[in-house]
This record gives sequence, C-alpha cells and structure tokens, in this order.
Amino acid sequence: MASLLRNSGKITTTAGLIARPGFQGGRGFGLSSFSLFFSSPRRFQTTESESRVDSHCYDDEISQKFSVLGGKVPYTSGMRFTSELPEEKVPCYRVLDNNGQLIDSRNFAGISKEIAMKMYTDMVKLNTMDTIFYEAQRQGRISFYVTTTGEEAINIASAAALKIDDFIVPQYREPGILLWRGFTPQDFANQCFSNKFDDGKGRQMPVHYGSKKLNYFTVASTIASQLPHAVGAAYSLKMDGKDACVVGYFGDGGSSEGDFHAALNFAAVLEAPVIFLCRNNGWAISTPASDQFRSDGVVVKGQAYGVRSIRVDGNDALAMYSAVRSAREMAITEQKPILIEAVTYRVGHHTTSDDSTRYRPLEEIEWWQMARNPLTLYRKWLESNGWWNDEAEAELRSNSRKELLKAIQVAEKIEKPPVGDMFTDVYDAVPSNLFEQEKLLQQTVTRYPQDYPSDVPVRAVPSS
Amino acid sequence: MASVLGRYGRKWSLGCVSYHKNHLPRFSTVTHSAVPSEPIQQQQAGRSMNLYSAINQALHIALESDSRSYVFGEDVGFGGVFRCTTGLAERFGKHRVFNTPLCEQGIVGFAIGLAAMDNRAVAEIQFADYIFPAFDQIVNEAAKFRYRSGGQFNCGGLTIRAPYGAVGHGGHYHSQSPEAFFCHVPGIKVVIPRSPSQAKGLLLSSIRDQNPVVFFEPKWLYRLSVEEVPEHDYMLPLSEAEVIREGSDITLVGWGAQLSIMEQACIDAEKEGISCELIDLKTLIPWDKETVEASVSKTGRLLVSHEAPITGGFGAEISASIVERCFLRLEAPVSRVCGLDTPFPLVFEPFYMPNKNKVSRKYWFPKICVTTWCSSASWQLVFG
Repeated sequence: MASLLRNSGKITTTAGLIARPGFQGGRGFGLSSFSLFFSSPRRFQTTESESRVDSHCYDDEISQKFSVLGGKVPYTSGMRFTSELPEEKVPCYRVLDNNGQLIDSRNFAGISKEIAMKMYTDMVKLNTMDTIFYEAQRQGRISFYVTTTGEEAINIASAAALKIDDFIVPQYREPGILLWRGFTPQDFANQCFSNKFDDGKGRQMPVHYGSKKLNYFTVASTIASQLPHAVGAAYSLKMDGKDACVVGYFGDGGSSEGDFHAALNFAAVLEAPVIFLCRNNGWAISTPASDQFRSDGVVVKGQAYGVRSIRVDGNDALAMYSAVRSAREMAITEQKPILIEAVTYRVGHHTTSDDSTRYRPLEEIEWWQMARNPLTLYRKWLESNGWWNDEAEAELRSNSRKELLKAIQVAEKIEKPPVGDMFTDVYDAVPSNLFEQEKLLQQTVTRYPQDYPSDVPVRAVPSS
Repeated sequence: MASVLGRYGRKWSLGCVSYHKNHLPRFSTVTHSAVPSEPIQQQQAGRSMNLYSAINQALHIALESDSRSYVFGEDVGFGGVFRCTTGLAERFGKHRVFNTPLCEQGIVGFAIGLAAMDNRAVAEIQFADYIFPAFDQIVNEAAKFRYRSGGQFNCGGLTIRAPYGAVGHGGHYHSQSPEAFFCHVPGIKVVIPRSPSQAKGLLLSSIRDQNPVVFFEPKWLYRLSVEEVPEHDYMLPLSEAEVIREGSDITLVGWGAQLSIMEQACIDAEKEGISCELIDLKTLIPWDKETVEASVSKTGRLLVSHEAPITGGFGAEISASIVERCFLRLEAPVSRVCGLDTPFPLVFEPFYMPNKNKVSRKYWFPKICVTTWCSSASWQLVFG
C-alpha cells in the first residue's frame, strides 16, 4: 500500500478483524506498554528508574478514595512519559488481496449472493452517477458537484451492513447510502438541479441531499458539526430501546475539528450506540494528512476517548461490510460507540471548484485508480464466485448511464420551486417580518421581472 | 457564586428591594404592583418564590408532562451552579437529567441531535459568556436545521438556557449580555424573562415551542427577584411584548433584568410629571414590532435600554425599525441607554451600567428635543 497516511509511512494490513478495546480503567496503564519506552531513541524518563521499572504499585487507600482515573492506577517511582506514537502502527483490516482474492476465508462476515450483487450494482451506479453529474457541471447545467470516486466501497458496503432503521448523519461524500436505500437517479438529479421536486426546496447547493423517509439527515457543508448530532440521535435510540444505531460519517480533515472530539467524548461518556465512520482519503481539499495530524491516523484517537476502534481498508468492500456489521452489532448490544477509520483515497477532485493536480501528482491518483480501485477489486471476487462477467458489466454500465442521462434531462426541464418557498421553514410558521418581506419582494419582482430568473415562479402574497 | 448573589443588592433598584423577617431579599417589581398579571392570578393562587425556583419548577413540569424531555449540561446533575436543576436528577433519573462533559459545542450539538429525534432537549450553558464555543452549532446547525432540509427535519424541541448579564462582581466572563449576536440569526428565537412568574411561563413555552430557542436568564434576579408564581402548568406567549406600565409621554422598551432599572426611572419621571409607558419585549426575535409601534405612535417618543454594549446592540434594530414605521409621529430622536462599548469591567461595573440615572437623564432629552445628550455643557444648560 502506498503511503496514504503520509505522516506515518506504511501501515500493515491484517486479515483478522481486531477491534481495539477502549480504555479499561480498572487495568491500569502499566506493564503492557513499558516496552514502548525502551524502543525510543530519545530519553523521556529518569535514568535511575530504568532499573526499577517494576517498582510500581497500587495504593489501595488512595485509589479507593479518588476515582479520577476510573479505577486503580499503579504508582511508580520512575518518571516516564508515554510515547507520542505506539511502537507499531495500527494494522489495517482487509479481506481481499490486491487481486481481489480472499486472504483468509474465515475472517469476514458471510454475505448472500443477492446482497453481494446489489453491492456491486450500486457501486457501479454511484460511479456512473459521478461521471455523468460531473460532466453536467462541466457543461454548466448544474452549479456544483462532489464526486465520491474511489470511495464507492465505503459508501455502499457500509450501507449494506446497516439496516434502514439505522440513522445516517452524513458529511457530503456518502450519497451511496441513499442510493442503497432507494433514492432514485431522478431524486438525485432533482436535488442537483434545484427543481421543485428537490426535497430541500432548492435552498442548498447540489449534493446536499436529505431524506426523512430513508433516515438520512440532510447534508450540510459544515465539517464535522454533524458528529455531535449523531451522538444526540443515538442517545434517543438508546432511551427508546431501539434495535438501531446512528452512523456519523466524516473525513480525515474533519477529525481536526472540535466537534469530532466533543462527539467522541460525549458518546463514550453517555454510552451512545453510534458508529463514527471516518473516510480517511488522505486529502482535505489540498491539505495532506501529514499537515492534518501527527498521530497514527484517526483510529488511535478512539482509545484516548475510551472508544473501541478499528482501521479498515476502505477500498475493500468485503472488509468494510464486515467491519461495519460487527460495529453495528457491538454498538447496539453493548450500547457504546465505535470508531472506524476507513483508509482510502479521494480519486476525484475535492469538488468541481477544485483542480487537485495542482497539489498532488497525477501518478498518485492514477495508481489508486488502477491498482486499488474498489470496484475492480470487488468485481474480481464476484467473478471468482462465478457471479459476474463482462457481459453483465457492459449491460449494467449501459443501463445505468441511460437511466442517469434521462434523469438529468427530466430534472432540468422541471421548474424551480416557487419564491414563496424562500420564506417557509425558517420557523414552523411564517412570522410577521417574513410575511412583510415576502410581500415587498413580490412587488419588486412584479415591477422589474427582467432582473429576476424567469424559471422561478413568483406567486402573489395575500394581503394580511 | 449563587450563594453570594443574595448579598448583592442591585444598587440602582434598592427602592424595589424590601426585606422580610427571614432576611431573604424580596424583589417586588413595580410591574406587578402596577399591572398585576391577571390571567395568571385568576387561574390559581401562587406561591412566593425567586427566579431560580421558578425555573426549577418549570423544568419539573416540563420533565413531568413529557416523557421525551431531557435536561442536561455542565454540573446539572447535582442541581447546577445556580441551583436551577435541583432535585431533577433524583426525581426523573440520571438518564433524563445528567451532567455532560465540559464542552459547549458538544452540549448544543448533542442537544440538536436529540431534538431532531422528536425529543425536548433542554441544554444548559453555565454562563452566557461561555456560549461562544457553541455559536457555530447554534448559528449553522440549529437555526438552519429545518430550512436546509426543506422542512423534512427540525430540532424545534431544542431550548438552550443560559444565565446572562451583570451580577455585581462578575467581571468580563460572568456578566455579558450576548443576545444581539443571536438576534442576527433567522431560525432561532431569543427569549429573556423579567421575573419569576414570567420565567416559568416563558420557559415552558420555549421548551414546547416547535423552534429552537435561546433562553437567557437574568442571573442577578435568580435570588433577588421574588414574587407570587402560580403552582400550575402555564405558558406565556412568545413573540408578544407586554405593556407593563401605561403612559403617554414616552415609550421605554427593554427586557430581562433591565426592566427593574427602567421601572425605577419611570417612578422618578412620574414625580417630575412625565408619564412613561414601559414595554417588556420578552422575545427578541421574532419580536413584536406592532406593540412597540402602537405605543410610540401614541407617545411620540422612544427610549430603548439594554445592558449589552450600545454599538450593534438589539436597541439599534428597534430604533431603526421604529423610525421607519413612526417617523412622522416621532417628536424626538429615538434614544438608547445601554452598556458602554468596553469589555464588561469588574471594578467599574457601576459606571458601565445603564442605570436609572442614565435612563432618567436620557428621556428628558427627547422630551425637550435636545439632540446631544452626552454633552455635559448642554446638560448643565438644561438642568443648571
């Protein structure tokens, strides 16, 4: 694997699904981590303590009195600082090798042919939608677009591992979950074209999807601010005794925001059934992970907050499916949060307003697209099961393309929402100041219609 | 901090404070002696209580009347630093009334998620001075939650309570009145009560309102303000201002703790033969322009007063709106008597505050049409 976690070099992969336990207060910090200190070239402990590393002890009287660290803590006469980095990087769980073949057939969740096929179909549809909508933006038909290219496995496999009762609190690069849950190409197109069938009433930029029906909170452009919402929503599920969890998605850049840290801490303390799913794609617009954090990625931050965590190969659909399914199970049965760091790569630009070749080499993008393409890897596994072939591929791609092209052709002909929709939903009812402003606006537009978009209907406001 | 509150009389409202045998300061706002709140009193006889007890009673009722309601924040579990949440965790359990980590953005963000799942989430920010880490959550998330989803989702069950304002010894970070920041945000409501019975009724309305509400509580009045508060469950309407004292010469508009100052100024003015009409705005956004407009149309003069710094304060918005609506009926420039444009200063607090001297002095000026009130030369000319 190329140096995706740029600051930390290569990470190992593992075929075993190992969740890292959260901090267990009762066990103390001691013995198991001592070896780390000796491996460091720098000195960050007293010299005399080296010969007395085992002299730590538990002071029962004090630890019974004060529980600030949540249990017994060993005392030691040696002054030691903990290392800034663990001796070994957290391994990355994967199921498929670079040729799309199983590394170890025992270490992943069983998956039916039906689900496996739908996963691939939706990954291809998502990929096709990105291509067509991206082109539509380049042609000036929509104002903006965000592709998910390279992250199709994270999108679709995580969606497949969840249930419809699980709430999704998205960032903005997870439309695949909506697709999996039944959002149609026409629904996507209506939102991107801001027509009157956009559930968001044309108020937000393209890709800011949301669906009450599909338990998918509306996307906001803000970064990581959705994560505390995920905890609050999960707490509600907990109190209602629901067999469901909340999944909050975010990126590597988002892990630097205060809201990320607030959310993990709240989730741990309030024991909320929430999965934090980080798409570590290496880039926050032009900022590489090496300029984002100095830790071993995002996964290690979980343990600091007492949150069980795992690092997964985000381009391996089967690994993603297995990890999210297990995380869901643990979050619900144990009523606690789980952190997943899905290691991937943002193959597309940040958005259509970005040209990523200005800050990263083309070869790097191409390598990920060719050698670590999540669709290709997964397709090889399907083919080895005899479930897929070139013919099926050609038919699926052709049909998807036609369906999406038709969707945008339809969407762009539908009129925009009426101007009156600008004034509703600010509050549950329109207050008098907004009523007054709407009336004034309507008079202005009636007088100068040439200065306003002709495809936005302006209806008369009844006088009060 | 709460325990020392009672020791501080509000110097400029000493006329309002009388002492009972038990030495508890009793704050009887002229509001209620002049214009009793009849609808409340008709329903049920009240019990004398202070403002924090009225808040506490409202929270009890909110939790009792709706099993999907929650109360949480820093130190809320043991009753809160101002005792507003006393007894709640014991009565309703630690899953519905609980401490949170010390993180305001986390508190409000968590509350938004909880409210979005059809719950009543009552989040406490320990001091309004510390609400700013949560500003993004309030402005970009709570306020836009309904709008950005096209009405599919909402966090209308969210209420953020925060003690605000001067307290006599709070310095920079226990005294601020940040309401104007929030009045620039479509999608939230800002509510500030003036007394215990108002606090109870307005808080219950805020909690049950279908929109996110920022509810600022005048911490100076937590113990100082005492009045009869009906025991039963009642709500007072939001976005409805109240004329709490009728008059014909000038309209005074304010909210929260500042009303007691303004009432004193009204009493002083009355002795001078000036008849003041006093309005409690109660809800700052969306605010009740019509009531203020009707009053100014009658009196021809307007004075707005708030503790927050004058520049960019909500008084500016009221002034501009009323000038637009009442220009031809105004007989004098609109006046503002507010906090000064400095950080809130500890030892200089008595000088900083928009006290009754400043109010009294200011309303004389519109009366006699002197334009520059701050000129000491003209002040001396008028009053010798």
